[in-house]
Amino acid sequence: MSKVIMTADDSASIRQMVAFTLKQSGYEVVQAVDGRDALQQLGGRKVDMLITDLNMPNLDGIGLIKGARALPACKFIPIIMLTTESQDTKKQEGKAAGATGWIVKPFKPEQLLAVVKKVLG
Amino acid sequence: MDNQYADTFKEEAYELLAELENSLLELEDRPDDPELIGRVFRVMHTIKGSGAMFGFDDIAAFTHQVETAFDRVRSGKLIVSRKMINLTLAARDQIKVMLDGAGQEGAVDAAVTGQLVAGFKELLNEDQAAAPPAETAMPQPSPSEPPGDENSATYRIRFKPALNVFANGTNPVALLNELRQLGDCRIVAQMGDVPVLGELDPESCYIFWDIILTTAAGLDAIKDVFIFVEDDCEIRIDTLDGDGNAEGGDEAYKKLGEILVERGDIAASDIDSALANQKRLGEMLVEKGMVTPTQVHSALLEQQQVKEVRQERRQKEERARAQEAGASIRVPAEKLDVLVNLVGELVTIQARMTQTAARREDAELISIAEEVERLTAELRDNALNIRMLPIGTTFNKFKRLVRDLSGELGKEIEMTTEGAETELDKTVIERLNDPMVHLIRNCIDHGIEKPEVREAAGKPRQGTVRLAAVHSGDSVMLTIEDDGAGLGREAILAKAVEKGLVAPNAELPDQEIYNLIFAPGFSTASKVTSVSGRGVGMDVVKRAIDALRGSITINSRPGQGTVISIRIPLTMAIIESLLVQIGEDRFLIPLSLVDECIELTRADVAAAHGRNMATVRGHLVPYIPLRQKFAIAGTVPDIEQVVITEVNGTRVGFVVDRVIGEHQTVIKSLGRAFKHVDSMSGATILGDGSVALILDIPQLVRSVEEVSLP
Repeated sequence: MSKVIMTADDSASIRQMVAFTLKQSGYEVVQAVDGRDALQQLGGRKVDMLITDLNMPNLDGIGLIKGARALPACKFIPIIMLTTESQDTKKQEGKAAGATGWIVKPFKPEQLLAVVKKVLG
Repeated sequence: MDNQYADTFKEEAYELLAELENSLLELEDRPDDPELIGRVFRVMHTIKGSGAMFGFDDIAAFTHQVETAFDRVRSGKLIVSRKMINLTLAARDQIKVMLDGAGQEGAVDAAVTGQLVAGFKELLNEDQAAAPPAETAMPQPSPSEPPGDENSATYRIRFKPALNVFANGTNPVALLNELRQLGDCRIVAQMGDVPVLGELDPESCYIFWDIILTTAAGLDAIKDVFIFVEDDCEIRIDTLDGDGNAEGGDEAYKKLGEILVERGDIAASDIDSALANQKRLGEMLVEKGMVTPTQVHSALLEQQQVKEVRQERRQKEERARAQEAGASIRVPAEKLDVLVNLVGELVTIQARMTQTAARREDAELISIAEEVERLTAELRDNALNIRMLPIGTTFNKFKRLVRDLSGELGKEIEMTTEGAETELDKTVIERLNDPMVHLIRNCIDHGIEKPEVREAAGKPRQGTVRLAAVHSGDSVMLTIEDDGAGLGREAILAKAVEKGLVAPNAELPDQEIYNLIFAPGFSTASKVTSVSGRGVGMDVVKRAIDALRGSITINSRPGQGTVISIRIPLTMAIIESLLVQIGEDRFLIPLSLVDECIELTRADVAAAHGRNMATVRGHLVPYIPLRQKFAIAGTVPDIEQVVITEVNGTRVGFVVDRVIGEHQTVIKSLGRAFKHVDSMSGATILGDGSVALILDIPQLVRSVEEVSLP
C-alpha cells in the first residue's frame, strides 16, 4: 500500500506542485489549505508523513506541528516544514515543536523527493 | 516542470494581489491591526516563495523587499506609515506588471522596480540595509548510483541519537539506510546503554551506531545525511583512509587498541596495562569490562574494511601499471607449442620424481616433490591458458562462407553467432575448421530451402544458420542449427538398411536414425543428397571430431530444421585420464568418458554365459574384455574391474585387471609408423619412464559394433 503524505499549505500552487511530485513517485497525497484544516483531517485519517508550510492563516505551521504531535497517531510520523529562509530561529522553533526536518523554499521536485525518501525511509 | 505550475501560480498571485489591495486599504484605516499586518505579510511571503519555485525569480527578489519590511512591522520594529502604504501599493502594481509581462522581454520597466526597491531600503535603513535574501542551499539529494572508486575514502562515523529522537519523527534506520546507499558500509549497533526492561522507555532511543563507510561521495554528502539531526544528536565523522593517503601504500592498518583509543572508548594507559598479560587484546579488554564485545567487534570491522579497501586499491594500481606496460604481446605460435611441449615433459618428469620420492620414503625429498608438483600444475594451467583463443575468429570465416555460398545457390541465408568469446585451445580450433566448414556447407546446400519453397511452407524467405559456442564443464559445446527442411528420416533408414547398417525390420528411435548418417560407409551417395538431406562425408566429420576426443550428435524435426551438437574438450595437450593395468601393460582411458568402475568376478562371467554383459543396478551393460581384444597373455585375476564409459549416450564397459587411479596425461602422438592403429589415440610416458597407450574409446566401441553386426 502506498504511503499517505499530507501537504498543508495556503498556496495552491505549492500544494499542487508538492502533490503532483509525490503522486508521480507513487505516494498518496492529502491536501490541506491551512493548519486548522490539516489538523481536522489528521484527526480523521491516518497519514504517514506531513509536509507543512510555516506561514498559514487560521493555524500556522508551528501550531499544526504541536497539534499533530499531540495526536497519538501522529506522534512519531515524520513532519517536514517548508521555510522561506534558513532562519535558525524558525527552524529551532519548528524542531522544538516536533518537526523532523525542513525544506528551504524555493526547492526543486527532486529535492522534495530526496527529503521525503530520507525521513520516510 | 516549472511551466506546468506557472499558470496556477499566476492565477493564485492575481487573487493574492487583489486581496493585498483590500488589506492595504484597510490597513491605512487601522495601521496597528495585527490581523491585517499578518495577512499582508503572508501574501508577500507566498508570492515570494511560490514565485521563486516556479521560475519568477525577479518577482521573488522584488517581493522579498516588501516582505522584509512587513516582517519588521509584524515584530513591532516598524510602524505602518502612509508612505509605506503608498510604497506597498505601488509595489503591488509593479508585481502585477511583472506577472503580466512574465516571459516577455522589456515588458517590465526595471527603473520602476529599482526605485521601489530603493524606497523600501530607505524605509528600512533606519536600522540597517536590507540583507539580500540569504537562501542557503538545500541538502543535495544523495547520489543514487553507487559511487565509483575514484577518490573514495573511508570514514568512521559515530551516530549517537538523542534519547528523544523518535519524538521528532526521526527514524534512525532510515538514516543508516541512506548511508548504505553512499557506499560500502559496515554498521555496528552499540547497545551498552540499553537499560533493563523495567527501566526501559519504549519511546526512547538507547542505541548508538558505529559506521565504517567507504565512499567517493565526500564528507559533505555524509554530513547531509544527518542534516536534520545534527543539532541534537552526537555525530562524529573521522576520515580514516583517504585516497592517496601517505600511509595508503601498505595494507597494514591501526591496531585494535589504537582504534579504541582514538574513538575514545578506552584510555591509552588501560591498553598498556592490559597488554602486559598478553592474550588476544579484544578478549582481554572485554574480560576486564573496559569495553563491550560490540565495541571490539565494531573496531575490528573498521580494521578489516580499511584493510580491504587498501588491498583493492593496491591491486587496482598494479593492474593499471600492467596495462600501461602493454595489454598484450605477439608471439609466434610455434614458440607456444614448444612451451606447451616442454611443460608436458616437465609434468612427466615430475610424476616420476614424485614416484621415486615415495618409493625411497625420503621425507625431505617427498616434500620437495610435492612442492614441484604444485608448481608444475600451476605452470601447466598457465601454459595451456596461453594457447586459448576465442573461437570467434573462425566464426567470421564462416560468415563469409555462408554469404558466398548462399549467393551461388540463390538462397537467402543469414548467419547468427553466439558465444564468439568462448575460448578453446588453438590447435583444437584449427582442427575444428574443416569439419565445421563441412557441416555449414551441408546446412546451406541441403538444409535450407530456396526462398520460394520456404514461402510456400509458410516460413520467412530468409533462412537462418545459427552458430553457437558455450562452455560446459571441461568442454565446449558447439551448436550448428538451421531452420531448413530437416532430415529425411525414411530416406536415411532405407539407405541404412540397404547398406546393411541396420536390420530391415529394426525399430529405431528418431535420434538413432539421424545419427546413422555418421556411420562409416553410409555416405558417398549422391542419391541421398538428391532425395532429402545430407550424407556427404559425414563420417569424415565424425572422425575428425573423435580425433579431438569430442562427440557429435544430430537432431532434426521435419520441416523445422536440424541441430548438430558438437562437444569438444578444452585442450588437446594434457588430459585427465584413468590409469588401468592389464597384465604388465598399462593403458589410459580419458576421464571425461568414464562413468564408474565395478568389479567383475568369475561367477559374474559364468552367469552371463559368455555374452559379455554385466548387470549394473538392474541394467545390462555390454563390456569389452580388453585382455582378449588386445591378445595379452597371462592369467586373468579372480576379480577383474570393469570401467564403464559413456559414448554418445551408450554405456559400454571395458574389462581390465586393475584400476590404478587418476593420471595427468600428456598426450604424445604415436608417430607415422602406427598410423593404422585405430584403437589407440596416443601414448604417454608414465612416472617410471614406461609408455602407456591411450585408448580410443569411441573407436573401440565402433570396432566391436562392426564385428557384431551381421
